[in-house]
Amino acid sequence: MTITRRRALLAGAALSVSLIATACGSPGDGGQGAAPAQSTSATDQEAALNAGGTITVWAWEPTLKQVVTGFQAKYPKVKVNLVNAGTGDDQYTALQNAIKAGSGVPDVAQIEYYALPQFALSKSVTDLTPFGADKLEGTFTPGPWNSVRSGTGIYGLPMDSGPMALFYNKDVFDKHDIKVPETWEEYIEAARKLHKADPKAYITSDTGDAGFTTSMIWQAGGKPYQVDGTKVAIDFADEGTRKFTAAWQQLISEKLLAPINGWSDEWYKGLGDGTIATLVIGAWMPANFESGVKAASGKWRVAPMPQWESGGKATSENGGSSLAVPEASANKALAYAFMKYAGVDEGVQTRLDAGAFPATTAHLNAAEFKDKKFPYFGDQQVNQVLAEAAAQVVPGWSYLPYQVYANSVFNDSVGKAYISSTTLDDGLKAWQDASVKYGQEQGFSVQ
Amino acid sequence: MVATVPRARRSWAGWRFVGPFMAVFALVFLAPIAYSIYLSLFRTQLIGGTAFVGADNYLKALADPLFWSAFGNVAVFLVVQVPIMLFLALLVALAIDSGRLYGASFFRIAVFLPYAVPAVVATLMWAFMYGTRFGLVANLSDLLGVRLPDPLSADLILASLGNVVTWEFVGYNMLILYSALRVVNPSLYEAAEIDGASQFRIIVAIKLPALRGALLIATIFSIIGSFQLFNEPAILKNLAPNAITSSFTPNYYAYTLSFAGQQYNYSATVAIVMGVITMIIAYAVQLRGMRKEV
Repeated sequence: MTITRRRALLAGAALSVSLIATACGSPGDGGQGAAPAQSTSATDQEAALNAGGTITVWAWEPTLKQVVTGFQAKYPKVKVNLVNAGTGDDQYTALQNAIKAGSGVPDVAQIEYYALPQFALSKSVTDLTPFGADKLEGTFTPGPWNSVRSGTGIYGLPMDSGPMALFYNKDVFDKHDIKVPETWEEYIEAARKLHKADPKAYITSDTGDAGFTTSMIWQAGGKPYQVDGTKVAIDFADEGTRKFTAAWQQLISEKLLAPINGWSDEWYKGLGDGTIATLVIGAWMPANFESGVKAASGKWRVAPMPQWESGGKATSENGGSSLAVPEASANKALAYAFMKYAGVDEGVQTRLDAGAFPATTAHLNAAEFKDKKFPYFGDQQVNQVLAEAAAQVVPGWSYLPYQVYANSVFNDSVGKAYISSTTLDDGLKAWQDASVKYGQEQGFSVQ
Repeated sequence: MVATVPRARRSWAGWRFVGPFMAVFALVFLAPIAYSIYLSLFRTQLIGGTAFVGADNYLKALADPLFWSAFGNVAVFLVVQVPIMLFLALLVALAIDSGRLYGASFFRIAVFLPYAVPAVVATLMWAFMYGTRFGLVANLSDLLGVRLPDPLSADLILASLGNVVTWEFVGYNMLILYSALRVVNPSLYEAAEIDGASQFRIIVAIKLPALRGALLIATIFSIIGSFQLFNEPAILKNLAPNAITSSFTPNYYAYTLSFAGQQYNYSATVAIVMGVITMIIAYAVQLRGMRKEV
């Protein structure tokens, strides 16, 4: 008898231990859709600012720190808790769970453009139209502005934008007498030459990054995602995609890419010591260079993104973030006031001074912005290159309404291309299948 | 006989003693299980909301190749890593118990110490050593002038994980086995000595039989532990994003489903199915262990 009970208990323990993991991850559906519709005018925001209060902001963008300081100096009664809850996906995971749990939700959250549709679709973030966000059309450049709109709603205020450019280590290029590549063909040639001259140096690092891959396909003219409300079509076999895979496959197969994960300590080190010679990345990168790669100050320069056709002028957006107000925020008026300060008013200049890249037309075209010399980049007028890139973004791109999930399984499928004999094309096909399957499970009509 | 006991006499005093336990037990064990089972019967979609789907999630899990490949990974892990770990633990326990080891208590604490290191820290520590560019593996490669295989590559990642887990848990299992050895009646050893038995003979005839129960417990804990593998792959994924997929182990798959995919219902189902499988295997091992004991 005792034996039986002990057995049962042990077995029970085995089961319950397994289940605790899920129980933690499956809170109820409280805290959703409960907030009453509210309309707040500018005077209400003014009143909220004067009344004061505390708001929590989740963001990883480095220049917001100074913005918070400036904001608190201007409105002494307001206290802003700036929390770094992780970068990108990590933060969205935390945010989605806080929203699902209905507690610990911040008042303002940094959300990249690719991720915003998912939050908007599930009504996790507030439509900012009642706060007067609709009147800001024209304040922002078209790319970012279209990214924060969904249907008639406006779900975030653009904070920065990320037209892509080529960042390269001039020291390394000069040392090995390599010409700055203008086309992807030249880029691949440069990769070969560099790695041959110095087996420890690579043209760039890549271990499979969904954001980078989609941006590259975007520049090549591919349009793998077609989204019309809840109707979604995914096709990673179009001409633009093929152009990208044909080129990038060469770099992978010839082992010309440093196997270093982006944003890791090793990555920053590699950017500083010449192991990673170039980065094709969004225009928000200079601030990260200045804060994260101090060792290479004066060595890096910025050039236009390599082209698919000689003499071409096409770029794409890479990253770029908006600030949004979660539906569960208790102090939306104050949250919106902070966002407006950071994205439209004085905060923009604060961030520009710290090296950020704006999404506002006025700042982008200001002579002061374009002519600014960056000591980090050897006094190059970096913004001239970047502002030009902003005007050359290929139109017509859209992300999936569940891109956050799709990106989270990118390395399961496309990642295989980086560590095995699987090709990029096959990897993308597998990624497409996984995305289609998830979309169907979530009730989208997917082709 | 039964009929003569008056009903009114039934005493509830006992419940007052077990009440606090039952309340906590219900709250922290039964409620989560019940809630997970409840969740597993529904499906929530981004488009279309929540609907009752009965056993659909279970049918899906049983036919899900990602789930079974995750299960395959932990099964291989179990079959290879657990015997190695338990053998090492047994060796250390016997050595410390032999009384011939100088500084036995130092070794005991030293071997046990890794268990006191949080799994996250332990994994990070090993991850630094595994690094082929800046870690110990890199240094060794430079020193020996050869190119050592990358411990974080897809082929070796399971073995590397096994190494971390073994390092963490040898001490823990050693302690279980060692304490079982301590309760052996010393007069048995004296008798063996008088009979002229060798140390090896003592181990085989006295110590190993005495360890059977403890080994069984250690094995069951290890089975449960293997099937629950999560921390180590979750941490190493940052360094080996392509080798460790988002469905590398059943628990990691459940994590991805709920935290990245918002599929809480299916995630609960996967956890329940894995829990039941764990239960069945642990139970089977125990049945077998018990039979030997008789």
